Amino acid sequence: MVKRVVVGAHYGLRDWLVQRVTAVVMATYSVLMLGIVLFQRPGNYGLWKGLFVQQWMRLASLLFLLSVFWHAWVGVRDILMDYVKPAGVRLVLQVGVILLLVAYSLWSIQILWSIA
Amino acid sequence: MRFSVYRYDPDKDSKPYMKDYEVALEPSDRMLLDALVRIKALDDSLSLRRSCREGVCGSDAMNINGRNGLACITRLADLKEPVELRPLPGLPVIRDLVVDMSQFFKQYHSIKPYLQNTAPAPEKERLQSPAEREELDGLYECILCACCSTSCPSFWWNPDKFVGPAGLLAAYRFIADTRDQATSERLDDLEDPYRLFRCHSIMNCVDVCPKGLNPTRAIGRIKELMVKRMV
Repeated sequence: MVKRVVVGAHYGLRDWLVQRVTAVVMATYSVLMLGIVLFQRPGNYGLWKGLFVQQWMRLASLLFLLSVFWHAWVGVRDILMDYVKPAGVRLVLQVGVILLLVAYSLWSIQILWSIA
Repeated sequence: MRFSVYRYDPDKDSKPYMKDYEVALEPSDRMLLDALVRIKALDDSLSLRRSCREGVCGSDAMNINGRNGLACITRLADLKEPVELRPLPGLPVIRDLVVDMSQFFKQYHSIKPYLQNTAPAPEKERLQSPAEREELDGLYECILCACCSTSCPSFWWNPDKFVGPAGLLAAYRFIADTRDQATSERLDDLEDPYRLFRCHSIMNCVDVCPKGLNPTRAIGRIKELMVKRMV
């Protein structure tokens, strides 16, 4: 069988941009978290819980986690493109990764808003 | 001076091997290519490409002590002995230091490396302002020696799909040219997870370019234009 190389999917910019934007979100949240740990020293369960019941903290954490998942999607997709050559297998794996990351996102929401 | 040279003749050798040479240099021998010509006189079975011997034709690109470069403009005095010479990495070896560059040129041709302009040609020439012409500096000087693309892991892995630094530098050379009218089509063509976005800006290309060009910057400009077009 003749091996046909097909390129020209006409996407890629959005993912490239997403990877950069989500990286900024993750970096900002990490610095924020480090600041809180260093300066507020939430050293026991009560203080830690008090931090996370605040709505802004929940939203910031959710944004961070969604950034992790979206960032991970672009990276994992690239790995699958490099190492899994049969297109059918790759599609199945990519769909699997997407479903997993969506499930993680929903689970994150449940965890963050279950703190009361 | 001592050299260790990659030898492989697919007709005779079952696998590649390194052959050592000890060469007596003359005071006039300054560049690596001078030494290679002496080795060739000792052992005429060694195959290599060379032509202009002054860093313009791009024929004698090879891997010199682990780093891609042109033999003709690599100073012997700067090289650690034994000098290890290998063919450009990632391309099929035809024989010894000669590699098959078909894939490299295929990628270069894929970006349509020529001016596209459907406007009727003026009587003399299509003029540019000095500022417009300046945009092409650092782009048009590429001699297609393939040092950059063959030092790029993304090109090693996807040589059939990733255009590679040399091709992308050439692509930007035409995008940046005010006389070219196909900017939008060129950007469309490169908007692809493989063709352009396999570049992760590790800058091996910049590190090795014997002409001191910066493909990573050109690739960044292409991405910038795509972002500008999108937002």
